[in-house]
Amino acid sequence: MTYTLTGVTLADGTTTNVVVEGQTISSVGSLTVGELIDCSGLMVLPGFVDLHTHLREPGSEDSETVLTGAKAAAKGGFTAVSAMANTSPVADTAGVVEQVFRLGKEAGLCEVFPIGAVTVGLAGEQLAELGAMADSAAQVRVFSDDGKCVSDPLVMRRALEYVKSFGGVIAQHAQDPRLTQASQMNEGEVSSRLGLAGWPAVAEEAIIARDILLADHVKSRLHICHLTTKGGVELVRWSKSQGINVTAEVTPHHLLLTDDLVESYDPVYKVNPPLRTDADVQALRIGLADGTIDIVATDHAPHPTEDKECEWSAAAFGMIGLETAFGVIVKTMIETGAMSWPRLVEVMSTNPAKIGRYSRQGGAVTAGSPANLTLVNPKSAWQVDREKMSSKSKNTPFHGTALTAKVIHTIYEGVFVVKNETLTGLKHE
Amino acid sequence: MSAILESADIDRALKRISHEIIERNQGLDSVVLLGIPTRGAYLASRIAQILMGLGSKVPVGTLDITMHRDDLRLRPPRPLLETLMPTGGIEGKDVVLVDDVLFSGRTIRAALDALGELGRPRTVQLAVLVDRGHRELPIRADYVGKNLPTSAKESVRVQLSEIDEIDCVEIVPAP
Amino acid sequence: MKNQLLSINDLSKDDVLSILSTAAELERITEGPTKKLPTLRGRTVVNLFFEDSTRTRISFETAAKRLSADVINFSAKGSSVSKGESLKDTAQTLQAIGADAVVIRHGSSGAAQRLSDSGWINATVINAGDGTHEHPTQALLDAFTISKRFPERKSDFSGLKVAIVGDILHSRVARSNVLLLTKLGASVTLIAPPTLLPVGVESWPVLVSYDLDEELPEFDVVMMLRIQLERMQNFYFPSEREYSRRYGLNEDRLLRMKQSGIVMHPGPMNRGLEISAASADSSRSVIVNQVGNGVSVRMAVLYLLLGGASLSEVSQ
Repeated sequence: MTYTLTGVTLADGTTTNVVVEGQTISSVGSLTVGELIDCSGLMVLPGFVDLHTHLREPGSEDSETVLTGAKAAAKGGFTAVSAMANTSPVADTAGVVEQVFRLGKEAGLCEVFPIGAVTVGLAGEQLAELGAMADSAAQVRVFSDDGKCVSDPLVMRRALEYVKSFGGVIAQHAQDPRLTQASQMNEGEVSSRLGLAGWPAVAEEAIIARDILLADHVKSRLHICHLTTKGGVELVRWSKSQGINVTAEVTPHHLLLTDDLVESYDPVYKVNPPLRTDADVQALRIGLADGTIDIVATDHAPHPTEDKECEWSAAAFGMIGLETAFGVIVKTMIETGAMSWPRLVEVMSTNPAKIGRYSRQGGAVTAGSPANLTLVNPKSAWQVDREKMSSKSKNTPFHGTALTAKVIHTIYEGVFVVKNETLTGLKHE
Repeated sequence: MSAILESADIDRALKRISHEIIERNQGLDSVVLLGIPTRGAYLASRIAQILMGLGSKVPVGTLDITMHRDDLRLRPPRPLLETLMPTGGIEGKDVVLVDDVLFSGRTIRAALDALGELGRPRTVQLAVLVDRGHRELPIRADYVGKNLPTSAKESVRVQLSEIDEIDCVEIVPAP
Repeated sequence: MKNQLLSINDLSKDDVLSILSTAAELERITEGPTKKLPTLRGRTVVNLFFEDSTRTRISFETAAKRLSADVINFSAKGSSVSKGESLKDTAQTLQAIGADAVVIRHGSSGAAQRLSDSGWINATVINAGDGTHEHPTQALLDAFTISKRFPERKSDFSGLKVAIVGDILHSRVARSNVLLLTKLGASVTLIAPPTLLPVGVESWPVLVSYDLDEELPEFDVVMMLRIQLERMQNFYFPSEREYSRRYGLNEDRLLRMKQSGIVMHPGPMNRGLEISAASADSSRSVIVNQVGNGVSVRMAVLYLLLGGASLSEVSQ
């Protein structure tokens, strides 16, 4: 199938036509071929890549499946997502990662890259068969115990060393378990008033500092998941100045929300790592804009209603984010003038694709690139409505939030999987 | 709105009531006055003053009836007013309840219940400045300053100088 | 006054004064021959206790019964209640029963607010202690106890110096008392080892000290908090003996207190740990009075929250 996106604006601001033939962009310029699709007023961006998604399958299909998660991803403008390993059973063997990979292929709405667990059962004690997962059909390159921290320094060192043999990366969930026993929210003024057990910034920063030094020592690749603190940003900034091979991510919710929201005791704001203070939010925004933080990742964490419709301490940690990520990033980073559109492309597409070694993702919108594209309207006001989401779960903290930019079409391998904000029912076979 | 009773009329009415209390009780040895807050309490004090002028010191107290009202649920909760036991208590005494306006009788019913919490008087009598009729319970006053026929669409407003700056009783449209 | 009592923050200063004066009147009435008032006849009060607290439950139960309310005790502890969804199920059950008020004690901070905000139930929610957050009626009874001991102040606590000593970090009593006593004008000093003070305490309207002895003779009120022995396992303090020596109210310290100073404790006490037996039983101690005052204060709260028309009745 051949078609032309006419009158579309690139991230650099120029207006042009983009011709797609099959799975590839064949031309960017004045040429028009095949069906003409009027895209005036829309921006075309490389499809977004999420390096941190919980798709819950296998094991918790009541909250999300690979298919429903892929639908949510497509609606959010993502053409690739990385499925975290904390499923049941844990994705710590070639068998489980291949199952997730296959489910992603069957869904056909975006690429689904399974992330392998670092340790068996996420227990932090024994390395999982990282090589087997790397060699499997899923070609796993990103490994993480996310949800749990690889807290044992020796285990972490070995994991960092071991993945060098196949160009892997360890994505660390930085949380010292001893300093966060029973922790419920950011430790500070708000937690002192609310009587909720505090989650100190140092519990995150101490692990980041340690792992940066370990990565330097063994000359491996470290990726730090969901950075939330000002101190963490400083540590990553320092490590980059030293030339250490560290990348870092931030979530949309940590760029917008602060811990005073917990005053409602509404568990929709309960998330790991926790919402921090305004000073942290400002530092994260600066870090994302200046290149200290490499990527935005959603940490999309679906939970069934009953896990949030309860008292705070009994509730599950996590928020969904695939369908709101783009709008929130525009609100926090573009509208505030903190970041340019080309930088948005880097943090939402180019960089995560590089970190994950996702070869068909994150390419520039130029002739010859795979046709994985997101078309967005940068100026179209809308209000987040959890009832209209495609995710199986409703635990968004942004319900009712006014946003000004939205995803209109998502093209995955040349196929319009989302057209005019609606899933088309088409998929890439 | 013209005043039904002005200051002098109120004085006269209270003096008459005071004399009737003496007459009825053949002396004042066992009489105590219990005013129902807010305005009944001031009226009780005034009667005690008059009796003092006539040479008799009568113990005065106040009786808050809030907790015994049967119309609590018709209005937002109200703070309790003070209940002050008269010196010597009420046990075996002739208690004269004093209130400003006698209307449905429900306040007095509540007052009788509240009195039961405090003790067992020998007799209970009732003095009111105005009886406006429309009784809903079998209750009558022993001492009445002024009988004032009213319609249900009207309301009787009593003002006393202790809190309202002037002494005055008037009929106003019901709220 | 709001139609709920989840936190001292729900109360204005006038609300507090109204509760204290109502409690004083109710205490006077119930000193008479009949202890029972008809005020809440036909109202249903549910004591919903997810945590054991016999004294708080009995206090609320007595208060409600003296006002002629129907009382249902619902102990959710020991049943299959372990996940939060049960809070919702329980709430909906109570809604179906027709509870007018739910007095809730729960181990999770914010549980009372959750119950009130969730829309699961229309009843008036009264917080009888939520996790390590607040215990507003305890603070009200403490303020009532103080105001009775210092009657000349007429509930104006300005200039009154209050020390709260012990495990501030985990104390709902401390949080509610800080809010309430400072609202009434008192100067509050928190005294604890640094491990038992919350990070962020510097934002509270209080003074903080690590030393019990330093200003001990200055305080009009010394409120001792219960120390839980399991805290030792998390290294909050090295040993009972050391805690007791540094932060316990023993006889020597009792003697150094101001002539008019009083000793309080929300109970239950660990005699010999945070408070010596002699201190607990001394003439300065108002600990027994606190218990009796609890009933009057809880009657006042129940009356003011339930005694009048409810919001739905007003709108009718």
